[in-house]
Amino acid sequence: MSVNGITETTQYLTFKLDEEIFSVDISKVREVLDFTTVTKVPQTPDFMRGVINLRGSVVPVVDLRLKFGMSRTEKTVNTCVIIVEINIEGEVTVLGALADSVQEVIDLEPDQIEPAPKIGTRLRTDFITGMGKRDNQFIMILDIDKIFSSEEIAVVQGASSGSGSE
Amino acid sequence: MSMTDKHKEVFREEASELLAELEGSLLELEETPQDADLIGRVFRAMHTIKGSGAMFGFDEIVSFTHEIETVFDLVRNGKATVTKELIDLTLEARDQIRAMLDAADGEPAGDKTKRVKLVAAFKKMAPASAKGSLDEKSKKTKKEEAESELITYRIRFRPVADIITRGINPLMFLSDLSEMGESTIVAQTCDIPLMTDLDPEMCYTYWDIILTTEFGIDAIKDVFIFVEDECELKIDVIDRLTGTDGEVSVKKVGEILAERGDISAESLQNVLNKQKRIGELLVEEGLVSSDQIQTALTEQKHIQGVRDKRQKVETDTSIRVASEKLDMLVNLVGELVTVQARLTQTAANNNNPELLLISEEVERLSAELRDNTMSIRMLPIGSTFSKFKRLVRDLSNELHKEIELTTDGAETELDKTVIDKLGDPMVHLIRNSIDHGIELPDEREAAGKPRRGNLHLSARHSGANVLIEIIDDGKGLDPDVIRAKAVEKGLISHDASLTDKEIFSLILLPGFSTAKTVTNVSGRGVGMDVVKKAIDSLRGSIEIESEKNIGTTITLKLPLTLAIIDGLLVNIEQDSFVLPLSAVQECIELTEKERAAAHGKNTVTVRGELVPYISLREQFDMAGQKPAIEQVVITEVNGMRVGFVVDHVIGEHQTVLKNLGRFYKEADGISGATILGNGSVALILDTQKLVESAEKREVAR
Amino acid sequence: MPKTILIVDDSASMRQLVAFTLKDAGYDVIAAVNGKDALSKISGAKIDMVVTDLNMPEMDGIEFIKTFRTTAGNRFVPIVMLTTESQESKKQQGKEAGASGWLVKPFVPDQLKDVVKKFVK
Repeated sequence: MSVNGITETTQYLTFKLDEEIFSVDISKVREVLDFTTVTKVPQTPDFMRGVINLRGSVVPVVDLRLKFGMSRTEKTVNTCVIIVEINIEGEVTVLGALADSVQEVIDLEPDQIEPAPKIGTRLRTDFITGMGKRDNQFIMILDIDKIFSSEEIAVVQGASSGSGSE
Repeated sequence: MSMTDKHKEVFREEASELLAELEGSLLELEETPQDADLIGRVFRAMHTIKGSGAMFGFDEIVSFTHEIETVFDLVRNGKATVTKELIDLTLEARDQIRAMLDAADGEPAGDKTKRVKLVAAFKKMAPASAKGSLDEKSKKTKKEEAESELITYRIRFRPVADIITRGINPLMFLSDLSEMGESTIVAQTCDIPLMTDLDPEMCYTYWDIILTTEFGIDAIKDVFIFVEDECELKIDVIDRLTGTDGEVSVKKVGEILAERGDISAESLQNVLNKQKRIGELLVEEGLVSSDQIQTALTEQKHIQGVRDKRQKVETDTSIRVASEKLDMLVNLVGELVTVQARLTQTAANNNNPELLLISEEVERLSAELRDNTMSIRMLPIGSTFSKFKRLVRDLSNELHKEIELTTDGAETELDKTVIDKLGDPMVHLIRNSIDHGIELPDEREAAGKPRRGNLHLSARHSGANVLIEIIDDGKGLDPDVIRAKAVEKGLISHDASLTDKEIFSLILLPGFSTAKTVTNVSGRGVGMDVVKKAIDSLRGSIEIESEKNIGTTITLKLPLTLAIIDGLLVNIEQDSFVLPLSAVQECIELTEKERAAAHGKNTVTVRGELVPYISLREQFDMAGQKPAIEQVVITEVNGMRVGFVVDHVIGEHQTVLKNLGRFYKEADGISGATILGNGSVALILDTQKLVESAEKREVAR
Repeated sequence: MPKTILIVDDSASMRQLVAFTLKDAGYDVIAAVNGKDALSKISGAKIDMVVTDLNMPEMDGIEFIKTFRTTAGNRFVPIVMLTTESQESKKQQGKEAGASGWLVKPFVPDQLKDVVKKFVK
């Protein structure tokens, strides 16, 4: 059984968050950077780690672990910032996502991808495009646009006066 | 009795006295015909009756007395003698004046034929030298007045050096000229001597004025009438189809020829161009110094500028560039500036003179490049203004109103991004003015206003800002109505004491709308708060002034550019922040002792004045220990002095402003970010928002 | 502070008309009947402008202008003479004595206001 909308072989970038493997459509990924200094913007939720200088542009960085209810990402030699281009209401926005480590780029055939189970993942189902199956291992394919959709940003904005994570 | 009648009455009394005195003087003069004092008195009596009489409309007396005065002027100057005949005639004349004076209320005035005879007799006594007939002058002045064409003149005005000691300030002529039209004035100072030779009471300066006006050459000459013999005045027509020597009549011949098709306009222009060159040749023939040639050339440029401005059209020397390309360029320049800052830092650390030299050169170049790039993004606001013409026309039709749109300052330049974002709020404000401000034609007429309302858009520079005004002559805002509504909506308490200006600014609050009926025009669910938000996002401000039945003026104050900000760099812990320098007034220290003295209040005393402050460390919930001595950056926010407490003040920092993007769109108190020399990001503080949210917190407490 | 204008004329009706016109335009007015009277009335006062007739008894306009100008504080005060069209030579003398401008009688009040405004801004 395949997932609607996925009809051809697609490349995915896999990365680890707290020992779990996630992936995003490689066409969404612009580059991967080492995690250096992030400037925190005051009075924003913890998962919004702040902003970095990406060759003259100011790019927000999001702590996916915090967003997904895990503990805060700690800086290690493997910590990376995956720079992705997301589409919000037809507008392309550049964003950095923190990952504990970046793994590899993989090819997945449409038939290797199954719909996400309704329960059992720690994530909200609508954040997941599907589950990729590879070497008996399941890889969660993230719908990066959805995660940062306008409603989600609204939550961010609404929470901006509070201090905790969701 | 009207004022004029009162003046006339005073004149009659005065003249009667003078006539009585005149009689006595004449009789005495008959005894001592050489008495200069008596002659003077007779002359003065006639002179006063004539001069004052003319002022109050006793024209017949004036023209009659004129002849007698002329004769006595000759006598006074020894060119005629007092004879019995003269005394007789003058006495008779005196009686005639008396009769005319008494009869001046419209009764038949004395013996007219007698007066004619008398006039003839007096005229005979002053034959050759009788000069200055009464209406000679008035004939001269009325020449060409129907001229409505704009003509550009070059005027050279060089007053005599001692003009100032005659109580004449030469600048008054310049200001008179500038009131006649668009003028460019160049002061020529090459004749000013060295300090040792300079007489401070002398005027060594002369002026070249380029004036574009509807007035004729005579009107310009009239400006200088009091110094016409004491100055060098040269007036040349330099623009439009005219001759080069300023003779308006020549121009008319040229025009007529062209109109008749005897010559083409083009060939006429060619001839005129040739003439201009002859003028230049004359200059080169050593009649004037090379300095003067240089300034003349500068002027030529000025004229070109005036002409270009007048017929402003898109010329083919400009190219169209996609705005994304410009944005890209700005970004690249921003990066370059950042790298350059790093280079400067590295060079300074390495202490290598050669590297320092290079880095300084790069610094200079990148600053220039940045300024030039920013200037490319500047566009005149005119195109935005002209877009509103259609809007005004359509809306007035829809609402059955008669509205004229006028604009000025269309050439004022603003950053493209600002202009782009300005459209919507301006549309809203214009809609408001047309819908709620300007009344229906009948209403206007009833209020004693012209049926046709006026909507005026104006733009001008003011320091690092541009002021845009939307002015209507409509019914104005009613502070009472706004107040009542604000109370009803719970925006203010019913006993709040507010100035009119503060009341007007209430309409900018969310959810406020004064329209009693919802029309197609403003019933779109957007209030003035949307306008305010849009202007805020441009780092601008709105000010509303209004007077009942006179109209409303809305002033938008906007920064020239959004791309660059002059800031003050400060530190809290490891984080850097930038405060807009335009708001910063001073920096002071805040010691632990002072904090203790304030008893927990966030205030600091500066030269006897109590200034409230916001601790950014607290406001931003930042971890760590505050240093023993903190710094207070005192700023002006909404006309109020407010301090911001930080750990350290690093210094001034001019930088390229970066948007934080939609993820941080609503970040409280942060208007953007900038990249520092070391590559890290500093946040730019929005002082106004910070104060607002601090106030909100205070209220919540 | 309103500007002070000195009006010197031996004709009562002229004095009244000029004074009335200038007061109406917002100026303070000091009136004198001839040069001598004027000099005594203004001693020490700061005058912003002078409007003077030329033909007057005791001290005429020309002499008055000359004397007025000798006071240091009055060196640069504008002086407008009231002349008649037949007084071309007088006008010249007045200018040489230090008059700044002139107004030819008869004039209407607005002309007077215009000339005064030209000098006193």
